[in-house]
Amino acid sequence: MNFDFSDDQKQLRDQARKFLTEKCSPKAVRVVLDGKAPYDKELWKGLAEMGFLGVAIPEEFGGAGAGHLELCVIAEEMGRANAPVPFSSTVYLAAEALLIAGSDAQKKKWLPAIASGEAIGTLALFEGKGNPSPKNVKLMAANGVLNGVKKPVADGAIADFAVVAARNGSSGRDSDISLFLVDLRAGGVEVKSLSNLDPTRGQAEITFRDCKAEPLGATGEGWSILTQVLDRAAVLCAFEQVGGSDRALEMGRDYALDRIAFGRQIGSFQAVKHMLADMYVSATLARSNSYYGAWALSTNAAELPEAAAAARISATQAFQHCAKNNIQVHGGMGFTWEFDCHMYYRRANAMALVLGSLSYWEDQLIDRMRKKNAA
Amino acid sequence: MNFDDTPQEAAFRETARKWVEANAPKELEAELSKSSLGRIRLAQHDIVDVGKAWQKKKAEGGWACLHWPREYGGRGATPIERVIWQQEEGVYGKLTQPFQIGEGMCGPTVMAFGSEDAKRRYLPKLAAGEEIWCQLFSEPSAGSDVAGLRTRAEKKGDNWVVNGQKIWTSGAHYSDYGLLIARTDPNVPKHKGLTMFFLDMKSPGVEVRPIRQANGMQEFNEVYFTDVVIPDSQRLGAVGEGWSVSLTTLMNERMSIGSRLATGVPEMFEFCSNLMLEDGLAIDDPAVRSKLASWAAKSSGLKYTSYRTISALSKGERPGPENSIGKLVSGMMLQDIATYAMDLQGAAGVLTGSDEETVQGQFQQMLLSSPSMRIAGGTDEILRNIIAERVLGLPGDIRVDKDVPYNKIPTKGR
Repeated sequence: MNFDFSDDQKQLRDQARKFLTEKCSPKAVRVVLDGKAPYDKELWKGLAEMGFLGVAIPEEFGGAGAGHLELCVIAEEMGRANAPVPFSSTVYLAAEALLIAGSDAQKKKWLPAIASGEAIGTLALFEGKGNPSPKNVKLMAANGVLNGVKKPVADGAIADFAVVAARNGSSGRDSDISLFLVDLRAGGVEVKSLSNLDPTRGQAEITFRDCKAEPLGATGEGWSILTQVLDRAAVLCAFEQVGGSDRALEMGRDYALDRIAFGRQIGSFQAVKHMLADMYVSATLARSNSYYGAWALSTNAAELPEAAAAARISATQAFQHCAKNNIQVHGGMGFTWEFDCHMYYRRANAMALVLGSLSYWEDQLIDRMRKKNAA
Repeated sequence: MNFDDTPQEAAFRETARKWVEANAPKELEAELSKSSLGRIRLAQHDIVDVGKAWQKKKAEGGWACLHWPREYGGRGATPIERVIWQQEEGVYGKLTQPFQIGEGMCGPTVMAFGSEDAKRRYLPKLAAGEEIWCQLFSEPSAGSDVAGLRTRAEKKGDNWVVNGQKIWTSGAHYSDYGLLIARTDPNVPKHKGLTMFFLDMKSPGVEVRPIRQANGMQEFNEVYFTDVVIPDSQRLGAVGEGWSVSLTTLMNERMSIGSRLATGVPEMFEFCSNLMLEDGLAIDDPAVRSKLASWAAKSSGLKYTSYRTISALSKGERPGPENSIGKLVSGMMLQDIATYAMDLQGAAGVLTGSDEETVQGQFQQMLLSSPSMRIAGGTDEILRNIIAERVLGLPGDIRVDKDVPYNKIPTKGR
């Protein structure tokens, strides 16, 4: 059994950490947080140069052709650094949708542009309140044009193209849903930025008015493709959440060692120690579940749906737990804008929602476990 | 990343599988498969008798304490081979329950600190299940603070004379030998005046009294010592070095208790899949699903955490600290699951009988037994301290009794 990343993959992780420590300091994150830039363009360029954007994209489409395990270790570092770039939308959602369902021409058009940092992509799925469900897709597709409104769309205001879930029937079945590829620069859309919990990753509303769109994958296959995309993204996001959890835990630990109160380090009080120990427990469970998700993702195993849901739940809970208690360990200072704690708190709670909420994934896990038990 | 055996591991697994297939007591398989929570109970047999028979067979086949050196009754297996053996031994591993303390704690301590004669005399019989060992550490006034123990050992010629009381000793009533830590010098700070021994549990002056536990069962004992004589040759480690000797034992304890952990999740999943509530099956209820999914994710987190440890072993690396979370997570989860399963049973949840409605009372039994999971082998709080100090590097507690001679430490009567 070798349930661990290889030495090469660990080396890649170290390389990513070194790069991000240098190029993505909390100070750099704050430029985006404070609304001075929509995302960190320099960092995005750097990520492309390092080959990180296309790490899981095959060489024939301009990527490094490494694989998903390599993408997992990079994702962990992106989460740890709280990187203010459209990495998850572009790489986990748009690129994966293209890899799963794109035609050769579509892949040739967009994947090299993603790998080189020229194109930002996203998934336009949600339409207001609610979790992923065919029922919640109202945007209409007819005669090659789309009409309707998507929100929130992660990184929608800076995206060059979007994978859009649209309705092409009303039978009440999953086959009512198809996916479309839309070049957002080609007109027919109106994009509006929305204020959101985590300003380091934008959210937008996109209105489609007789917007030209080409199908992505076969008509009626949209929901099945989306399910696969969301499962893959769940694993990759879990790694970001694991990275964020670890960083929040470290920040709390470091502060507990540094801060003196009642004549001693606050980290010597059991109330504080136990809080940090519990954060370690959550982060460890999340990491182990995510490793299993990584294995399932990289081998395209039949276990992926269950593994992805478990990783998603575990990592969401861990990041929320660690980010919340990191502030608690910091006390009043943790509640200032100046300290970085709130950036992880914001990210943790935004990430908990972007692919569908915790309760949605809990529901998915139970369904998938039942399916397995019945089989 | 893969779950495959190396060719050597696969060959080893094949050998182990064939041996288990040919030798295991198949007639007990069904009953052992069912009893996954807490202590094993067999309808027709005493666990000690069938356990001894299985252990003896294993020893003859070279599968008992297989990670021990051959000359002490093992087969010199690697850590990963031991894990593979445990996987192949499967449900029959539950029969080793009476020997776990000996295998996991007493044996390694004798191995590390015993004389060559002692090792050759005692370890093979321990491995073969011919002689059962128990561990005599905790006392009524020394639980988490075990270094505060009071049992006295005084040197008389070539012997030590022991007086005092131990508690929470599993299996003392059927044990042949015991590993005992006692105070040999009360005039120095508490950690410095301790010494480790082993003794024959049939020695004159040893009295074992069963404890009736909160769950109504009797699995632990009190052990009283009245002028019990132990030859100096049965001392392990130097006089006054008992604390550092005990750390070997306790480290092994946490590893061995953490290795086969019940979480209650499979039982709960099955229960919710079959339980009819007013509006349908429990597993279709959103509130139930939410809790169940969180527990399932925790449980799989534990499973894959142990796989990470096994991988490290497989590569010949020292496992990281991640495995320290096992008992902490599963103990609390068992208790929470039991409470919720009973909540779903409504008023009938109060019943502990073995009827249909309460699913043979398994969750009621789990509820009553689960507090011990959170205490035995290190309380939840001690485990959190260990994670905080050894894994996260936080400072140890300020100890007001650290440099005080033991007999000057304030106490509630001694």
